[in-house]
Amino acid sequence: MTSRPTPGVRSNAARLGLMAVPVAFFALFFAYPVAAIVGRGLHTDGTWQLGRIGDVLAQSDIRHVLWFTTWQALVSTALTLLVGLPGAYVFARLDFPGRQLLRAVASVPFVLPTVVVGTAFLALVGRGGLLDELWGVRLDTTVWAILLAHVFFNYSVFVRTVGGLWAQLDPRQEEAARMLGASPWRAWRQVTLPALGPAVAAGALMVFLFTFTSFGIVQILGGPAFSTLEVEIYRQTSEIFDLSTAAVLTLIQFVAVGAVLAVHAWTVRRRESTLRLVDAAVTARRPRGAVQWTLLAAVVATVVVLLLLPLAVLVQRSLDAPGFRYYRALTEDDGGTFLVPPIDAIGNSLQYAVAASVIALVVGGLAAAALTRRDAGRLVRGFDALLMLPLGVSAVTVGFGFLIALDEPPLDLRSSWILVPLAQALVGVPFVVRIMLPVLRATDHRLREAAAVLGASPWRVWREVDLPMVRRALLIAAGFAFAVSLGEFGATVFIARPDNPTLPVAVARLLGRPGDLNYGQAMALSTILMVVCAVALLVLESLRPGERTEEF
Amino acid sequence: MLLGLQGATVRFGGRAVLDAVDLGVAEHEVVCVLGPSGSGKSTLLRVVAGLQPLDAGRVLLEGRDQTGVPAHRRGVGLMFQDHQLFPQRDVGGNVAFGLRMHGVPKAEQQERVGELLELVGLPGAARRAVSALSGGEQQRVALARALAPRPRLLMLDEPLGQLDRSLRERLVVELRELFGTLGTTVLAVTHDQGEAFALADRVVVMRDGRIAQSGTPLQVWQRPADAFVARFLGFENVVEATVAGPAADTPWGKVPLPGDAPQGTRTVLVRPAGVRLVPVGEGLRCTVAARTFQGTHVAVRLQPAGAPRLEAACPLRSAPEVGAEVGVEFDAAEVVVLG
Repeated sequence: MTSRPTPGVRSNAARLGLMAVPVAFFALFFAYPVAAIVGRGLHTDGTWQLGRIGDVLAQSDIRHVLWFTTWQALVSTALTLLVGLPGAYVFARLDFPGRQLLRAVASVPFVLPTVVVGTAFLALVGRGGLLDELWGVRLDTTVWAILLAHVFFNYSVFVRTVGGLWAQLDPRQEEAARMLGASPWRAWRQVTLPALGPAVAAGALMVFLFTFTSFGIVQILGGPAFSTLEVEIYRQTSEIFDLSTAAVLTLIQFVAVGAVLAVHAWTVRRRESTLRLVDAAVTARRPRGAVQWTLLAAVVATVVVLLLLPLAVLVQRSLDAPGFRYYRALTEDDGGTFLVPPIDAIGNSLQYAVAASVIALVVGGLAAAALTRRDAGRLVRGFDALLMLPLGVSAVTVGFGFLIALDEPPLDLRSSWILVPLAQALVGVPFVVRIMLPVLRATDHRLREAAAVLGASPWRVWREVDLPMVRRALLIAAGFAFAVSLGEFGATVFIARPDNPTLPVAVARLLGRPGDLNYGQAMALSTILMVVCAVALLVLESLRPGERTEEF
Repeated sequence: MLLGLQGATVRFGGRAVLDAVDLGVAEHEVVCVLGPSGSGKSTLLRVVAGLQPLDAGRVLLEGRDQTGVPAHRRGVGLMFQDHQLFPQRDVGGNVAFGLRMHGVPKAEQQERVGELLELVGLPGAARRAVSALSGGEQQRVALARALAPRPRLLMLDEPLGQLDRSLRERLVVELRELFGTLGTTVLAVTHDQGEAFALADRVVVMRDGRIAQSGTPLQVWQRPADAFVARFLGFENVVEATVAGPAADTPWGKVPLPGDAPQGTRTVLVRPAGVRLVPVGEGLRCTVAARTFQGTHVAVRLQPAGAPRLEAACPLRSAPEVGAEVGVEFDAAEVVVLG
């Protein structure tokens, strides 16, 4: 053998290089804070109090919380799949006038912060809400308000992740199955569904995790009757100051989420295959036949009733005082709830969101690139699951962990503005990886080889072959990261300083105070947050390259 | 030697896909590796390109060991089996890719792209989308793309594999002329013997990761090295025989041999043209089992009693009907003792 590095060693080095940044990021800003809070909770008086776990689980109210958390997440996921699959189909495969507009509208809810969704449903089905005024119907005391809000929130996640891939699947695969004697339904089941499998599983997993760890929505709509683990952890830490109970609850959530993620990693790996992707622009056809028209009508109705109505009511409520009084009140420094006029929250939020998106894209992009390498082994795949953990671990834990872990040397970030973007990026990275990975994996490996043989170094291969393929996914990922960070509430509520509140934090504080003016201001600020998010999304949609870019 | 492989070995899970292969390609030589699928011929190209690491042995380019040299620094070109054109770039963008990677100035790129498209018969196609190209056009663009950076060695993986027959025959001639004009050194792999014989100065037949035979098309065609090569080339009249003097003792009876044949237990090949039909009663008695029209002649399958089938090439008019009884005699000039 020669003394030069063999290709095996070289690729290992490349992989380690790619993974160094994500691993360091996660060790420092995720593992360390979580370890700190778990230690703070379970390690008291110099000894480990592991018996606390049994004690906490024995409490009937905690068991009630666990049960509710699980079944509401399952039902929310099932409902989202039920409503979302036809939506994904219609947006991927049917071509109709207003398709772009409808797609944009359907995308809006996802980028909406949970706080806005909660406020909008409060305005629709809550006390003094639209249904209350019209028919005396109130749902905010029932679980339906939470379930509806969850479906509202997750509909576009699902439609985007699944529909995006669906639009790029080669329709000729299904046609081939038809020629072999399969009915349209069987062709879909046997050919398209297996190809969509990983995307559907990933989408459903995301929905389950969001709803399992739902915080903002349940906090606003659940009242005292309904509490998820996340809300309970927040209550235990910030209201009861029972850190050890909160730590135990965090551990339980950790285990549950870890189990779900393990199952997910297993299903995805079993079905992983290189898909034949084609240009999404050529796969849609005009609707034909009763079934397709019915589906289209159903999806349009869903979008209007489920997505548009709550938002319309929210806007209407925010204008429900003469002369934009609620909006004008936002610019006044009342010196009560905040040290600054609530309107300042907009600037803070945008600034944080840009920083958080950049961090999330860099960390998530590097991680996805490392995970795509063909020689990725067991260790790397384990890292894949690890990356998802921040999604499932309570955002409240992250925020609280940041607060107690990063406030002393060697890492004293307490007074630094970067603390908030770091926490938000942590929540955004899993999205970036989830979005990038399927597209990167679906890129034919031989295209990369073709580029290498033509003289492209590994870095140039990535720039010339992968990047153009994933440009769209990258933009979507950037949008997700931006939206996640704009709307992040659970972690930010702990670490945003009172003189630098973000929009969701400001909305929640206003809702927490009595009186029409505060309610109206919350509606107004929520509307502003909604508009900021929607604009961000529309800008991204317009950035999306529709035609080939000419490099030559 | 421009390219040299020394004991090149690649194992996939214990199975040797390339088994101690030694191969040399001289400058300006066009070498075609011929073999059935799974014989390791594509792996051979990937090894030379640097896309597949060797488990043992070396690859030398212009005498320099390529161990540890990554694909993009080897300066060889590879045309992929299904072209692998970059879908998001137009024709010009694809052809210019390698030039850009090598830092060629823009103006020069444009000029060279124009030249190459002219060369492959697609003048002015630079702005076309690759998705709008036919199979043959894609093949030409892939060729232009591979040629653009002036690789010292051009490798082609099943270059004409997916094209229809008439196009394939035309392109083989064009490629042969092109390589002659450019003086390109070429290493191609194919499973199609017609393609290999038409394209190559030298043919290398591979079997199970080893080289079974290497020689000019004429040599390989006239004297296949063994039964495998003979069968792979489409010859069916191959049997074990005992050679004694000027004749071989085969299941078909005594077969006359050309002079100076090696003696002993040998594999004997009788070309279809060497199987002469004679009236029943003379020679070996056979029944006609099948006839296949081959354009210039009719291939007739003959079933002798208690011996393997024989294939004979008959003139169009005199081919017997299926079921007819005929006699068979052998022509020594068309019989080869292998090995």
